[in-house]
Amino acid sequence: MMLDPPQKGDEIGNEYALELKGVSKQFGALNALSDINIRIKPGERRAVLGSNGAGKTTLFNCITGDFPPSAGKVLFFGEDVTEFPAHERIRRGLRRTYQISLLFNGLSVHDNVYLACRGVSRGRFSLRRPHPGDALVQAADGLIAIANLENVRDVMVSDLSYGQQRQLEIALALAGAPRLVLLDEPAAGLSPSERKELISILNRLPEHMGYVIIEHDMDVALRVADRVTMMHNGRIFKEGTPQEIENDPEVQALYLGGGHE
Amino acid sequence: MAQSDMNTSDTTRPDRSARLGGLIRQIPTRVWVVGFFLLLVPSFTGGFVQYQIFGWAFVLGLIALSLMFLGGYGGMVSLVQMTVAAVAGYSVAIFGTSGVSEISMGWPWYVAVIMAIVMGTLFCVATGALAVRTEGIYTIMITLAIASAFFYFTRQNYTVFNGFTGFNRVLPPPVFGIDWRAPTPFYYLSLFCAAAGYFAVLYVSRSPFGLVLQGVRDNPRRMAALGYSVNAHRIAAYAFSGVLASIGGILLVWSNGQISPGTASIGPVIDILVIAVIGGINRPIGAFIGALVYVLLRTYSLDFLEALNLSGERFKLLVGLGFLIIVYWSPDGICGLWERFGPKLKPRSARGREPGREPGREPGREPGREPEGGNDA
Repeated sequence: MMLDPPQKGDEIGNEYALELKGVSKQFGALNALSDINIRIKPGERRAVLGSNGAGKTTLFNCITGDFPPSAGKVLFFGEDVTEFPAHERIRRGLRRTYQISLLFNGLSVHDNVYLACRGVSRGRFSLRRPHPGDALVQAADGLIAIANLENVRDVMVSDLSYGQQRQLEIALALAGAPRLVLLDEPAAGLSPSERKELISILNRLPEHMGYVIIEHDMDVALRVADRVTMMHNGRIFKEGTPQEIENDPEVQALYLGGGHE
Repeated sequence: MAQSDMNTSDTTRPDRSARLGGLIRQIPTRVWVVGFFLLLVPSFTGGFVQYQIFGWAFVLGLIALSLMFLGGYGGMVSLVQMTVAAVAGYSVAIFGTSGVSEISMGWPWYVAVIMAIVMGTLFCVATGALAVRTEGIYTIMITLAIASAFFYFTRQNYTVFNGFTGFNRVLPPPVFGIDWRAPTPFYYLSLFCAAAGYFAVLYVSRSPFGLVLQGVRDNPRRMAALGYSVNAHRIAAYAFSGVLASIGGILLVWSNGQISPGTASIGPVIDILVIAVIGGINRPIGAFIGALVYVLLRTYSLDFLEALNLSGERFKLLVGLGFLIIVYWSPDGICGLWERFGPKLKPRSARGREPGREPGREPGREPGREPEGGNDA
């Protein structure tokens, strides 16, 4: 499944896979993010929790380059990627999924994953049609297996269940050689059995592959993360292990309706 | 996104001849029928129909095809395609031979043709590099501005473009001893170029590059998140469309025997958009259908108006009226009409997805627009 050799910026010995230094984002008068400082080690699994409007997805957008931050720096494996366009960050091993599935409904599951594999490999401008023996086609099959979508490999995306579409989103994010994956509410709208399946997929990912997951469901987040970052009103207000966060009275108050001052 | 024809799923690696055979088998029967009909047209039509109707329609269709490729597959409506054709046309006159021997360099025809395609493509790429950062109406405005600038520049520049007069006696070379400007040879020459352009567009649209381009059209943000440079793919699409428009431009100047600023004035520039929209901007064949309708309207509307005791100079009124009627009844042009009513005319058992249908965008999805709600932090 891992297609590419280590990519640009893959210096050995970088202490942090992702480092945000004072990242802020303003939309007019609204401070969506204020002075965010986060450090994520290679292979670390981090959950980002927070209520609606806390700035979680905006944080992802600033990391991936969908929006440039208004202030601050984004370092990916020690390389300052703040000014880089989204596709350059992706080619360096950063991946993401979207809160609302952004898939190509007129293509089959396999063709969606194939496009994702081609996007992070050479030959993006190729005019040659692929064959079953091609490395990228086989890589796509490998990712489909990881996402447990073999039985719908040739089905149009528009015919998939919502849960399968979420699994396909994850398969797209795993194309190439990802070093850090940002998962934006992958469990949103899933049934309990589909959540179980998702947790199993995340726990089966190779140990060196870190991820940051935005999740409202504390049960899911605390079962798949090594550390948890709590956000509120565009700021980080708590960080710790899942147990520390779970037992924190302020977090409990915020999540159980007490509010946070 | 468009229906996939990549077929990565269930094919086995065939050898070259088997693959070619497979490609030929994919061509629908109706394309074979139309192909044979077009080959036989000179046997039952006169020079006027071959040259002024079909020849002109193939040339305009080729230029409109370049717009269709950008608009239909890339979501970029460019008004500069006729200008690209004119750049290629001027290049043939400047690098090759013409009646203006003080400017024309007199290079061999094949060098002049290659230079014309290169110059046209470079011009299209440069325009694309400026336009790809914009979308919708802004792309249209930028390309229209470039087209206008080129028109006025050629009209005022006498050193290179010979100003208002332009170049006359720009004729096709007598290759194999054939006068390619004679009706029947020109008919086959333009038919060959049009067919080659049509199949090239079909092939490219179904290649990985074509699929990526359609992905960029439907969801540029997602494609960037998969590692694709959205702008680079758009510029590459401009390059391909530039080659098509340049070939059309060379044929156009050979057909007319001359080129002047009027070839790329605002009227012809808009006409290419009208042709693409009349035929159906989402399908390659639409460019040629639109061109044929346009040429028929332009050729015969004058007689029609005079028969009604109206001024023949108002032929554009009929063209505009035809445009209005087609677009009102079918925003997807004549091809859209066929799509809407064609299946109803077929027997129930034969209905269903047609083989070889050109890929179009998802219903209800506008180019460049993304589903809402993806950003709510």
